[in-house]
Amino acid sequence: MVSTGSTTGKSAVFDYAPAPESRSIVDIKPSYGLFIDGDFVDGHGKSFKTISPATEEVLAEVSEADDADVDLAVKAARRAYTRVWSRMPGKERAKYLYRIARIIQERGRELAVLESLDNGKPIKESRDVDIPMVAAHFFYYAGWADKLEYSGFGAGNPRPLGVAGQVIPWNFPLLMLAWKIAPALAAGNTVVLKPAETTPLTALLFAEICQQADLPRGVVNIVTGAGDTGRTIVSHADVDKVAFTGSTEVGKAIARAVAGTDKKVTLELGGKAANIVFDDAPVDQAVEGIVTGIFFNQGHVCCAGSRLLVQESVADEVLERLKRRMGTLRVGDPLDKNTDIGAINSAEQLAKIRELSDIGEQEGAGRWSPACDLPKNGFWFPPTVFTGVSQAHRIAREEIFGPVLSVLTFRTPAEAVEKANNTPYGLSAGVWTEKGSRILWMADQLRAGVVWANTFNKFDPSSPFGGYKESGYGREGGRHGLEGYLR
Amino acid sequence: MTTTSASTASAGVFDDITSSESSLRRFLHGLPGVDQVGAEGRAASLGTRSIKTTAKAYALDLAIRMVDLTTLEGQDTPGKVRALASKAMRPDPADPTCPATAAVCVYPDMVGTAKEVLGDSGVHVAAVATAFPSGRAALDIKLADTRDAVEAGADEIDMVIDRGAFLSGRYLQVFDEIVAVREACARPDGQSAHLKVIFETGELQTYDNVRRASWLAMMAGAHFIKTSTGKVQPAATLPVTLVMLEAVRDFREQTGQMVGVKPAGGIRAAKDAIKYLVMVNEVAGPDWLDPDWFRFGASTLLNDLLMQRTKMTTGRYSGPDYFTLD
Repeated sequence: MVSTGSTTGKSAVFDYAPAPESRSIVDIKPSYGLFIDGDFVDGHGKSFKTISPATEEVLAEVSEADDADVDLAVKAARRAYTRVWSRMPGKERAKYLYRIARIIQERGRELAVLESLDNGKPIKESRDVDIPMVAAHFFYYAGWADKLEYSGFGAGNPRPLGVAGQVIPWNFPLLMLAWKIAPALAAGNTVVLKPAETTPLTALLFAEICQQADLPRGVVNIVTGAGDTGRTIVSHADVDKVAFTGSTEVGKAIARAVAGTDKKVTLELGGKAANIVFDDAPVDQAVEGIVTGIFFNQGHVCCAGSRLLVQESVADEVLERLKRRMGTLRVGDPLDKNTDIGAINSAEQLAKIRELSDIGEQEGAGRWSPACDLPKNGFWFPPTVFTGVSQAHRIAREEIFGPVLSVLTFRTPAEAVEKANNTPYGLSAGVWTEKGSRILWMADQLRAGVVWANTFNKFDPSSPFGGYKESGYGREGGRHGLEGYLR
Repeated sequence: MTTTSASTASAGVFDDITSSESSLRRFLHGLPGVDQVGAEGRAASLGTRSIKTTAKAYALDLAIRMVDLTTLEGQDTPGKVRALASKAMRPDPADPTCPATAAVCVYPDMVGTAKEVLGDSGVHVAAVATAFPSGRAALDIKLADTRDAVEAGADEIDMVIDRGAFLSGRYLQVFDEIVAVREACARPDGQSAHLKVIFETGELQTYDNVRRASWLAMMAGAHFIKTSTGKVQPAATLPVTLVMLEAVRDFREQTGQMVGVKPAGGIRAAKDAIKYLVMVNEVAGPDWLDPDWFRFGASTLLNDLLMQRTKMTTGRYSGPDYFTLD
C-alpha cells in the first residue's frame, strides 16, 4: 500500500475523544427485592451481587428467590390470571401494553444506560437496537390484544393458557423480556419471569415500569436468581406454559423436566449459523454483514453468523477486507458512544471463549486479531478470526458465544448448503449474492429458522424467529409468536 | 498543488481494459455490486459517531481547510468573487488562528478575478468547465472551455462527465473525454491543473453506477472524483460518498495511486461535515484526511463551521451577524 501523493504533513490524527453517556441518568439502588404481586418484597433466600462486566464494580445486591418465593409468585400470577387479566377485554389489556411501550420509550435513555452497565454491551447498541426493539415489541403485541380471533389460532375462539413461567438469558436482557412478556400478556396470560443472574437490573426497572403503568397486581412477577430458581419455575405444578431462551444444554433439561406434564413449551436455544458469501456478493456490504453477524453484541447472539462460509475463489479478498475492517472496530468502555465492541458478560463466559479459542489454535486453525488495547479490569476478548477451519474443528461445531469467527471455504452452492446444514443447530443463516434466484434456492435448502439475504441480524417484531433441530422449537415474534400463548 | 503528483494514474495498468468499448464495459460491469440497503445502513451507522471536544476542534479546522468555497451563479460579478476570495483567505476576520479554505470554485470567466485577489496565498482557484453543469456540448467546446480556465490561471478544473453517454452505455466515450480534458489541463510550463471529475450522482441514480463511474474516472486519470454540480437534487449524500471512498481505497490497493474525493452540494451543517470526515477516516483511511485528498464543495457550510469553531473556543454561540455573508 503505497501513497504516491504529495502528503503535506498531516496535522494530527483524527482521534475520537471520549464521548461517554452519563450514567447519572439512572438510579441504581444498593439492593433489590423480588417483584411479586405488584410489590417489591424481600426474598427468603440469600442475595447475590450483580457487577458491571466492564469494570467488575458491584452495581447492586439482588435477592435469590427460593422455592417459597417462586410459589408466592406463581400464586400471585394465578390469582391475577383468574380474577383480572383473563377476564379483561383485549382492548383493555392493549391499553396497558401501549402504556408500557410508551413509558419504555420515555425512559429509553435510562434503560439503555442500565443495560450497558449491567450487560457490558456498547451503548450505541442498547440505545439504537435493544431498547427501541423492546418498545416496538410491546407496541406490536398491544395491537394484537383485541384481534386474537383473527390470529388463526384457537379455532376462532382463542383462549390464554394461564400462568407462563419464563426464563431468559443475559445477552439481550430487556429485549428477551419483551419477547416473552409482550405476547404472553397480549394473549391474556400472566407471567413469572426470571432474568439471568448476571443481568437482572433492567428487568427490575421494568417491574417499576409495570407499577408506573398501573398494571394490575400479579400480572407480571419478576423473580431473580440463578439456575435453581429457574428450575423451580419451570417445574412448578401450577405453571401452564414454559418459555425459555438460553443454552441447548439447559433447554434439554427443561424439556426433560416438563415431559409427561401438559405444560406447553417453547425453547429458543443455541446456534452456529453459517454466513455464506458467494463470489458475486456485494463485497463491501458482505464484509459489513460478516462484522455485524459475529461482532454485534460481542458475539453473544444465539443467531450469530459464527461460521463464515466463503467461496474459495474470493476467500483471500474477502478475508483481507474483513481484517482491514476489523482494524477499525473500537473495543472498550460500553458507555462510550463510539464503542463498537463492549465487555464479555461474565468471567465464566470469558473463560469459555478463551478455552474454545485455545482449542482452535491447538487444532491448527490460524488465529488473528487486530491490535487493540484491552482495559485492565473487567472481562474482555478481542475480535478474533480463525482461518483454515474445517468442519472437523471444534470451533466450527460448538457455539462459542463470543466475538470469534471461524472461516471455512466452499466451491459450489451445493457444498455451501451441505456445510451450512452440517450442524446440530438450525437457528439462522445468511446468504450473500447478487443473484436473486440463488437466494431463493438457498433459502429453500437451508435448515434454519431465519435466512437473511444480503443482510444479517435484522429483526422486526412482526417477523417470527425460532430454530430447527437443537436450536429449539416454537416461534417468537409476529403472528406466529402468539401460538405459544394461546389454545 | 499544481504539481502532477498523481500523474497519469492509469498509464499502462489499465491499457487492456480501456482499449475497447467491450472490454471496458466488461470490466465496469464486473466490479462487485453495491447493495443499497447495506451501503445506506453502513453510512447511517457511521453517522452516529459522537465527535466531541478535542476531536471536534480538530475536525472543524480540518473541514474549514477542505472547503472549496463556491459561487456558481448567473449573477456572479467580479465584486462578488473578490469578496468570496477574501473570505476564503481569512474566513474569520476576528480570529487569525482560523485556517484558510482550500480553494474558491468559480466559473471560468471569474478565474482571473479570483486569482488577482488570492495571488500566492495558497488558496487555489478551481474552475468548473466542460459546459458545466449539464456537460451537453461538443468535445472541442468543452476542451476550449477547459483551456480557457487553465490559461486564466485555474489551479484546478472541475469537469462534468457526459451523463447521457454514461447512461446509454458509451463508457469509452466518457473515458476518452476525461483523458482529453486532462490533457487540456496541461500548462506550457509542464505543470498541469488538477482535474476533478463530477459524476452528478443524482442523475446516475444507482450506487452500482457510482462505483462504475468512479473506476472509469480514476482509470482515465482523475485527480479527484466529485459527487455533484450542486444543480441537481439529490446532490452529495453520505452513502454515495461511501461508495466513492471505497472506490479510491480499492484503487490505491490495486495501483498505489491515491485519488481524492469531493462531495459537493447540500452539505450545510458542521455536524454533517464531521460525519463525512468520520467516514473518510474509517472507510478510506486517515491518509485521506487532508485537503489534498478530500474536499467539500460548499458555500453556506463555511459559516456554520466558523460558528461551531467560535463556540468551541469561547463556549458560547454568537449570532449569525458576527460572521461575514460573502
